[in-house]
Amino acid sequence: MTTTTLAVLVPLLPFLGAAAGLLLGRTAPGFVRPLAVVPALASLVLAVLVAVRQGGGQAIDAATELTPTGSVPIELALHIDGFAALVAILVGVVASCVQIYSTGYLRDDPRYPSYAALVSLFTSAMLLVVYSGDLIVLLVGWEIMGICSYFLVGHYWETPEARAASIKAFLVTKLGDVPFLIGLFALATDAGSFRITKVLGTVASGGLHHPTLVALLLLAGVAGKSAQFPLHTWLPDAMAGPTPVSALIHAATMVAAGVYFIARLLPVFEASQAAMVVLAVMAAVTMVGSGLAALAQDDIKRVLAYSTIGQLGYMTGALAVGDRGAAVFHLLSHGAFKALLFLAAGVIIHAAGTNSLAAMSRMRGLRDRVPDAYWTMTVALLALAAIPPFSGFFSKESVLAAEHAATGHTQLAPVAAGWITLVAGLLTAVLTAAYAMRLWLLAFRGRGAEAPDHGRQPLTMTVVLWVLAVPSLALGGLAYRSLPDWFDGRDLTPTLTTSVLGTGLALVGGILTYAAWRHTTAVAARVPLGAVAAHPEGGAGLVEAEAIAGHAPAYGGVASAPDLTDPGRLLLGPLYRHAAVGFHVDAVYAALFVRPVQAGASLVRFLDREVVETYVRGAGALPRLLGAAVRRAQTGNVQTYVSALLAGTVVLAVAALLVATGV
Amino acid sequence: MHLAYPAVLSALLFCTGLYGVLARRNAILVLMSVELMLNAVNLNLVAFDVWLSKAAQDTLHSGQALTLFTIAIAAAEIGIGLAIVLAVYRNRGTSDIDKLRDSAEGHESDGPDGDALTAEETGKAEAAA
Amino acid sequence: MTLIAATAAAAHATAAHATATTAAADTHGFLSPTGVEIAFLLVGLATFGAGLVTVTTRQLVHAALWLVVTLGGLAVEYLLLTAEFIAWVQVLIYVGSVVVLLLFGLMLTKAPIGRSPDADSGNRWAALTVAVAAAAALVWVVVDAFRTTWIDLDGPAAGSTAVTGASLFQNWVLPFEALSVLLLAALVGAIVLSRKAKAEMSSPPVNSRAVTGSSPSAPDSRNHPIEGNRLNEGTSQAEQEGAR
Repeated sequence: MTTTTLAVLVPLLPFLGAAAGLLLGRTAPGFVRPLAVVPALASLVLAVLVAVRQGGGQAIDAATELTPTGSVPIELALHIDGFAALVAILVGVVASCVQIYSTGYLRDDPRYPSYAALVSLFTSAMLLVVYSGDLIVLLVGWEIMGICSYFLVGHYWETPEARAASIKAFLVTKLGDVPFLIGLFALATDAGSFRITKVLGTVASGGLHHPTLVALLLLAGVAGKSAQFPLHTWLPDAMAGPTPVSALIHAATMVAAGVYFIARLLPVFEASQAAMVVLAVMAAVTMVGSGLAALAQDDIKRVLAYSTIGQLGYMTGALAVGDRGAAVFHLLSHGAFKALLFLAAGVIIHAAGTNSLAAMSRMRGLRDRVPDAYWTMTVALLALAAIPPFSGFFSKESVLAAEHAATGHTQLAPVAAGWITLVAGLLTAVLTAAYAMRLWLLAFRGRGAEAPDHGRQPLTMTVVLWVLAVPSLALGGLAYRSLPDWFDGRDLTPTLTTSVLGTGLALVGGILTYAAWRHTTAVAARVPLGAVAAHPEGGAGLVEAEAIAGHAPAYGGVASAPDLTDPGRLLLGPLYRHAAVGFHVDAVYAALFVRPVQAGASLVRFLDREVVETYVRGAGALPRLLGAAVRRAQTGNVQTYVSALLAGTVVLAVAALLVATGV
Repeated sequence: MHLAYPAVLSALLFCTGLYGVLARRNAILVLMSVELMLNAVNLNLVAFDVWLSKAAQDTLHSGQALTLFTIAIAAAEIGIGLAIVLAVYRNRGTSDIDKLRDSAEGHESDGPDGDALTAEETGKAEAAA
Repeated sequence: MTLIAATAAAAHATAAHATATTAAADTHGFLSPTGVEIAFLLVGLATFGAGLVTVTTRQLVHAALWLVVTLGGLAVEYLLLTAEFIAWVQVLIYVGSVVVLLLFGLMLTKAPIGRSPDADSGNRWAALTVAVAAAAALVWVVVDAFRTTWIDLDGPAAGSTAVTGASLFQNWVLPFEALSVLLLAALVGAIVLSRKAKAEMSSPPVNSRAVTGSSPSAPDSRNHPIEGNRLNEGTSQAEQEGAR
């Protein structure tokens, strides 16, 4: 098989798996699990093959035009360079892990068939985005991911949180997608093609008329998909979905798509200095804000969600200084350890019966219940905090190095972008280490009652953790030398300055948190907190759904708990209250968009009900009166009818007589 | 004899029967009125037949033959009519024509509470007529 | 309506023809009563009065009895018009069987004996208006058309049994036979109606076994067809008699 055929099969196989799963889900339940897992694994193998054949060399381009459109042509095009090949492998690995994990996690879920099919479709759409060489085909995958995320986030649609979160995820990403679409059209109009290669060629020759406008429009879509400020609010709420879905969305697919898209079209953004600065500011605000917010969250998954936003901020920061190699490097390592973090969090939630860190901090021996999750999560958290020699260290250092380099004079990015992102990145390093430490301490070093025993976790769930722990541990160290061959060729080796600075700041953050925890843990035992342990015998999915549904009634909100012993509270001080609710971005949105829309809707409803309907009623009144009058005549009394009939006959006869006799 | 006498009598009897058909409540009285109308027609037929047999030398006696047929058909009609009335009476417990209003628009006036409506609506129909 | 006008016009023409052929017609002016006419008028008044009482009386059984008077009066009128066979058939069938049948019907439907205040429906005034209007129109037309037409009652009777029988079995034999089929159909129809009504009556309490359960009362339900049968026999007997 040619490489092109293999590459076509990579997104096609999960798609076929999804179709077959949806068709056979009810009739042949035995096929559902193989149909979910096998296509994902097969496309992983194929993606590896494609990557091996591509080898980081010349990009593979193939295109076929199905039908002429009359204007700008739309082609089914592949464009596989080193970025695409490696990101596809990441997607394949994470999707396979998630599918395997889900067979155990949603073992008893009645809606597992449709869930698995949607995950396959999601994977397929992401692979399409990764391999596509045509912007419209890319957009197709982009939007399929949007609708799949809607369905998957709303998987526990029995809970109001999940329903609200799914609609929010859909609407917010669509809010970004509208300008994104316009931006794509503007780009294609200038380039005369939707092909990425031609677009980049146009940009290189300076054929782009409004680079800033196009870049900002595209940036809106990217901000929606990759959950960058100010369109990040859907991501923490999306934690209402099942944990494997969170892992999939956060590690490899949806949020990665935005970063990957910028990496693909980086020259377009580089054509506009203003766009790069905006990107840098966006990244900086996202990083710092999410780091602070993560420190105040109570839901373990929301901590991870905010951490995802922050790590994505690193990636966009790297892109803002024009280094897409560093960005994609961080994307790869982050994909590995974030998938691991989420999957491990799913195991912990199942074991603890709650998703609240405050409740976990009052459980003793949780780590003994889930040793696999404990060890792998420790690895992943160290990677997240960028402690050498874990993979996160190398990727993050490459990002910081790029940003540091940009503070000097480069032709790629404005100096301001370099400084903004560097400072924010270093600040975030402290925060990242702090919330990683807090998560670890609260989850595994709890004191109080014995953690409930739910028996051993399913093998499918724990094995996957160890599989993902390997790249989290070793990917960065092994890959940073060879990756430049696959990417733009820019060096990804950590520089001494940023390594020392970053690691030192991370250690500072960790130590500060530990100190705060030592301080608060003394009082923790004295402040009891009603722990909510969900249905102990249920499957993992059921436990999680109950935990999500039970969090707000038990602790007063989906995000925070009134836990006075939280080290985050001590560290953040007065900021804690604001950080817990995501710095009121949701409230701002409610004031800016939701309330005006609702007011408009009620106005329209008033107009429709009171004004339009009055006219309609008025128009109906006359026929109704006539109808009532005619109905009166229909008494059902035959004699009345006959009387009328004969009276009419007499009248007509007399009239005829008068006419005939000529009176 | 003037032809006008039987013709006028026939017309008057016919209209008497007409009144009975339209005004009587009991279905059997309505049938009686129908008989009156039929007889008025019969009288007409006989009178014209007698007149034509003399004045136009008519030998077919179609009027009288038709009268006999009418009588026979009327007998059959009264048999069937009474059978229907009895069937209705068994089913509904009444043979009043103005209570059989299943074809009325809007409401199902089969129950006892239909009476008030019925009276009210006949009043209206009356006013309309 | 145009038909009525046409008949009226035709009657005019025939009348004119009659006057042209028989000069005697001129001698009988408008309203110049002879003895037969006076008798006819008197009996006619009685008949009309009885008919009026029939449709207005509040006593249902009385209505049937007044109907007897009306029908009998009509029989007399037939006799006066020299249609003797029709007259006797009238007496036999109408007075003899139809009224009896109606009385049976009244009793089987438990019609109240004595005055019933609701014998007339609320439609009364509409009915009266229509009837009076129709009567006025008809009488006006009839009088206008046949004012001067004279029926010659002298000579051989136009409706004697022999004449009627000969006409019936020479010219009208096919319709006569067709009529017998109609009577048979009416007979079967009456039976079917009664039986179906019976089955419907007994079906609500028990479902299908009610058919066997209702068999003892089956003779009851056949009363009316049997009467109709008897009536039909009467008719044919009378007609056979007429034929002889």
